[in-house]
This record gives sequence, structure tokens and C-alpha cells, in this order.
Amino acid sequence: MSQIFKPSTNTLARVTLFGALFFALVSVWILVSLNRSAYATRQTIVRMQPVPFSHDHHTEAMGISCLYCHTSAEDSAFAGVPPTATCMNCHKLIWNDSPMLEPVRASFRSGEPIQWARVHDLPDFVYFNHSIHIAKGVGCVTCHGRVDKMPLMKQAVSLQMEWCLECHRAPQDFVRPRSEIYNMEWEAEDQAALGAKLVEQYDIQSMMSCSVCHR
Amino acid sequence: MRASPTTALLMLAVALSAGACRQDMHDQPRYEPLEASSFFDNGMSSRPLVEGTVAREMPIEKTAFYTGRTPNDEFVTELPMPLDRELLDRGRTRFNAFCSPCHGQTGDGLGMIVRRGFKQPTSFHDQRLRESPVGYFFHVMSNGFGQMSSYASQVPPQDRWAIAAYISALQLSHNIPVDRLSAEERQQLDDSIVGSAEAHPRAGEE
Ligand code: HEC
Ligand code: HEC
Ligand code: HEC
Ligand code: HEC
Ligand code: HEC
Ligand code: HEC
Repeated sequence: MSQIFKPSTNTLARVTLFGALFFALVSVWILVSLNRSAYATRQTIVRMQPVPFSHDHHTEAMGISCLYCHTSAEDSAFAGVPPTATCMNCHKLIWNDSPMLEPVRASFRSGEPIQWARVHDLPDFVYFNHSIHIAKGVGCVTCHGRVDKMPLMKQAVSLQMEWCLECHRAPQDFVRPRSEIYNMEWEAEDQAALGAKLVEQYDIQSMMSCSVCHR
Repeated sequence: MRASPTTALLMLAVALSAGACRQDMHDQPRYEPLEASSFFDNGMSSRPLVEGTVAREMPIEKTAFYTGRTPNDEFVTELPMPLDRELLDRGRTRFNAFCSPCHGQTGDGLGMIVRRGFKQPTSFHDQRLRESPVGYFFHVMSNGFGQMSSYASQVPPQDRWAIAAYISALQLSHNIPVDRLSAEERQQLDDSIVGSAEAHPRAGEE
């Protein structure tokens, strides 16, 4: 009776074994990177809005502060989206016959709110609060990117847990003076020295406990 | 029973991809602020305030702090709170965010929005407004004036007073007699006038 396993089978067995291991590792890697990809985090996707509102035109060109519209960012959990009346402060006189702004005027007449599509949305099991971040010197640009260069709003960061933790682990690398919160262009000359000073001054802690965000 | 490597791998892949699925915990049956609702007629989950609602911290009697007026209905001439550096700093940031788009950083009425076609307001350095009591500014912010809307919903009362205080400081800064400045400040002033005339050629013509 001839041998069932020839010497070459040894190689085949090795190739199969290592191949299987390799395949397993590659599929894990693919899954992990898929999970972090812009596709999964819905980053950079521009959503259809009822009015093509441009942050670029209103903040960069016109110098309107974020605070003018997002009034509650400083003292509540929610930054808020402005009511129609805020748009009408200016648009009752400016561009008041533009068809692009018809939904705004219709909403003002009828009292029905404009239905903006939500761009940033954390899962409901995560607790987030704007006011603490502003009070401890985290600027809008650190989390939302160059909003003043966005003709249409998009999410600039992944908003995944590892992104939150990167800063919570070492807040000194990201904080800025409170006076520069709304400044989109500000950059520290020496973040290491400034960070250390601000951590002292604002009493900033590194909050890593799960119950900070999952409560 | 022992799973073959392929089954094990398949199970691993299923477990990993199922872990990435959006599940009910991501979108729980509660409303986030401003979320739309299919339950109410106007599609909003937040209910409008019942007419006549007052904030909890608001007193029943109308004090100068909320109206800018004295009991006999004249505008108050003094702030209803102590004036300090902190109040002025607060006023500066709020003024720059809420008023400067139209009134300009210096209060001259030539803000960016006015340059784009909004009605031009009177300069705060106009004689009439320089003589207006501080309560008048609070009143305009709270109730609007002509084409200017009320800022009551965007700026809370404490901040409206801070802005009013800052406007008084702006007015003062534009009307200090030159002989009350120190020599150093006068030098600075001369330099800045030369500087700004170069930067904005039109300023020199006025
Ligand atoms: C003139 C009013 C106005 C100003 C000024 C303004 N915003 Fe907005 N913002 C809006 C409106 C309206 C929306 C909703 C429409 C949209 O998403 O584009 C919005 C949406 C956003 C969103 C996304 C909200 C979501 O759905 O997740 C972010 C983030 C944001 N703004 C940040 C900023 C920052 C930072 C600044 C200052 C640089 C700023 N905004 C200035 C009116 C304004
Ligand atoms: C402080 C004044 C001000 C406020 C508040 C304001 N706008 Fe505008 N908006 C302007 C001006 C000025 C222009 C003209 C822009 C230009 O000339 O480039 C403009 C232009 C626009 C345009 C035209 C297209 C564009 O992007 O240039 C749209 C649409 C618009 N605004 C929507 C809105 C909406 C929606 C809101 C409310 C969330 C709003 N605006 C609030 C001042 C304002
Ligand atoms: C520490 C990071 C961080 C900072 C700093 C920050 N944001 Fe946000 N912002 C977020 C996250 C995360 C969300 C999504 C919240 C959610 O889904 O509940 C968000 C949501 C928003 C929204 C949508 C409405 C809401 O409140 O959910 C607006 C508007 C907004 N931010 C504006 C601002 C402005 C203006 C500033 C600066 C004053 C700012 N943000 C600073 C992280 C940040
Ligand atoms: C760029 C830095 C930065 C990022 C990004 C960031 N945080 Fe924070 N966070 C801070 C700082 C600083 C504090 C204040 C710590 C303190 O109180 O000293 C804080 C505090 C908090 C608190 C308040 C804790 C409490 O009990 O008051 C919560 C909740 C929180 N962060 C959630 C989040 C979540 C969720 C994310 C991600 C979506 C996030 N943060 C991203 C810097 C950051
Ligand atoms: C700084 C805030 C923060 C802290 C601290 C934090 N998390 Fe999270 N966690 C998040 C955010 C944000 C998400 C949502 C991520 C996403 O949407 O992809 C999340 C998601 C999760 C998920 C669900 C993952 C999924 O895809 O469904 C688990 C499980 C989790 N966290 C466990 C933990 C544990 C355990 C700890 C403590 C070691 C912890 N978290 C600490 C912010 C935080
Ligand atoms: C959208 C542009 C705009 C903004 C923003 C704005 N104003 Fe005005 N304001 C005007 C205009 C236009 C007038 C003149 C109204 C008229 O004559 O019909 C005016 C008039 C006034 C007056 C009355 C002047 C007089 O002649 O008696 C005061 C006081 C005033 N504004 C204060 C403020 C303060 C304080 C703020 C910030 C909270 C502010 N305004 C924000 C446009 C604006």
C-alpha cells in the first residue's frame, strides 16, 4: 500500500496552518479598521438640510461668534441649534427675498420649527456635557474642527470612545485659555508649558472612570 | 463536540460584526433636546411654554433688574449691581458676540452686517445716546427698537446689564478730554491715529 501522506504534505500542512492564522489576523484587522473608518463613524458625510446654511459665510466672512447662535453651549449640556427668530434678526432685512431662505420665512410665519438634520449624535448610553468642557478650556475647534471653513456642516472627528479617552487621559495636551474658546485660529506657542499651567489654574482632572460617561 | 477551525473563524467573524451593529441602546425610547416627535401636532418633542410662564428665579414684583426702570417708570441711571472689572470683561465678550455684528466693535454702527445692507443704527457716541441713561440700553436689548429685534431670548438679564455697563465704558473711552490723559497715553494716541490713518485711508478724511 502506497503512503497516503507524501513528504510534500508537510509543507501543505504548514501552509494551511499559517495561512489560517494569517487569514484570521487579516479579517480581524479588516473588521477593526472598518469599525474606525469614516464610513462607520459617519464622519465627513454632509447631510441634506432644509436650508443650505453655511458656517463659512456666517462665521468666517461675517465674524459672527458661535455664541450668537449656539447660546446654551456655555451653561448647559446641549449646545443647541438656534430658533428661526435668531435667523430673522438679520434676514428680515438681508436677503429677505432670496428663495433659498423661503423655508426660514415660512417657519417664522407659521411657528413650525425648521427641521435640521442632526450631524453629531452620540449613542444614548453615553453622557456628554458641553458646559464642563467649555468651563475647563476646551475650544469648539478641538472637537468640531474648522467649522468656519465648512460651507455645509460635517463631523470632523470620529466621536468614538477612544477619541474621548485620548483627551481625558491627557487633557493638558488640548486645553486652551477660556478667552480663546470660540477662536478657530488660535494655536498655543508652547502647549506643554501652557497646558501644565492651565491644568493647575482651572483645576482640570483626568477623568477616566467608566461612570463619567456611562452613567 | 469540537468546532473545526473554519467554524470557529466563522463564529468569530459573526461575533465581531454583530458587535458593530447599531442596537436599541444607541437610540433609546427617550427624547434628546430638540428631537422631533411624531406624537405632537407641531412635530416638536419640547412643549411650548404656557402663556404667562415666569422663570423660577424671577420675582413676582418687577424690580429695576428686570425692567431697567424705577418705580415711577423712568429709566434707571445706575446699574442695579456693583460695577467691577469682572462685569466689564463679561460685557465686552457679550457685546462682541451679540452686538458688534451690527453696531461694530467700537459702537460706531458700522458692523459687518450693516456693510452687507442692514439698516445702519445711530452711533453710540452720538450726543443723544451719550446722554441716555443706562436703563435705556437695557430696555432696548430687552424689547427691541425699530428694526432691531429683542435680544431677551439670547442674552439673560445679568448679561444685558454687563453689556449696558460696557457700552457706557465705550462711550466714556471716546470722550475723554485729551488733557486728562497722561503724557504716555497721549503719545500712544498720536501713534494709533497715525497708524489707523495708514491702515484705513478713509478714516483720515472724516
Ligand atoms: C448664524 C447662526 C450660527 C452661527 C454664528 C454658528 N452656527 Fe453652528 N449651526 C447653526 C445652525 C442653523 C445649525 C444647524 C444646521 C447645520 O447643521 O448646518 C448649526 C449646526 C452646528 C453644528 C452641528 C450640529 C449637529 O447637528 O450636530 C456644530 C458642531 C456647530 N454648528 C458649531 C458651530 C461653531 C463651532 C460655531 C462658531 C465658529 C458656529 N456653529 C456658529 C447656526 C450657527
Ligand atoms: C448676524 C446676522 C445673520 C444671522 C443671525 C443669520 N444670517 Fe444668514 N446671512 C447673513 C448675511 C449678511 C448674509 C449674506 C452673505 C454674503 O453676502 O456673503 C447671509 C446669507 C445667508 C444665506 C445665503 C447663502 C449663503 O450661505 O451665503 C443663507 C441660506 C442664510 N444666510 C441662512 C441663515 C440661517 C438659516 C440663519 C439662522 C440660523 C441665518 N442665516 C442667520 C447674516 C445673518
Ligand atoms: C469636548 C468636545 C466638544 C467641545 C469642546 C464642543 N463640542 Fe459640540 N459636540 C460635541 C459632541 C460629542 C456632540 C454630540 C452630542 C450628542 O450627541 O449628545 C456635540 C454636539 C454639538 C452640537 C449639536 C447640538 C448638541 O448640543 O448636541 C452643536 C450645535 C455644537 N456641538 C456646538 C458646539 C460649540 C458652539 C462649541 C464651542 C462653544 C462646542 N460645540 C464645543 C463635542 C464637543
Ligand atoms: C479635547 C479634550 C476632551 C475631549 C475630546 C473630551 N473631553 Fe470630556 N472632559 C475634558 C475635560 C478637560 C473635562 C473636565 C475635567 C474636570 O472636571 O476637571 C471633561 C469632563 C467631561 C465630563 C464631565 C465629568 C463630570 O462628572 O462632570 C464628561 C461627562 C465628559 N467629559 C464626557 C466626554 C465624552 C463623552 C467625550 C467624547 C464624546 C469627551 N468628554 C471628549 C476634556 C475632553
Ligand atoms: C470619556 C468618556 C468615556 C469613558 C470614560 C468611557 N467611555 Fe465607553 N464609550 C464612550 C463613547 C463616546 C462611546 C460610543 C462610541 C461609538 O459610538 O462608537 C462608548 C461606547 C462604549 C461601549 C459600547 C461599544 C459599542 O460599540 O456598542 C462599551 C461597552 C463601553 N463604552 C465601555 C466602557 C468601559 C468599560 C469604560 C471604563 C473602562 C468606558 N466605556 C469609559 C465614552 C466613554
Ligand atoms: C442685526 C443687527 C443688530 C444687532 C445684532 C444689534 N442691533 Fe442694536 N440696532 C440695530 C439697528 C438697525 C438699530 C436702529 C433701529 C431703527 O432705527 O429702526 C439699532 C438700535 C439700537 C439702539 C437704539 C439706538 C437709538 O437710536 O436710540 C440701541 C441702544 C441698541 N441698538 C443696542 C444694541 C445692543 C446692546 C445690542 C447687543 C445686544 C444690539 N443693539 C444688537 C441693529 C442691531
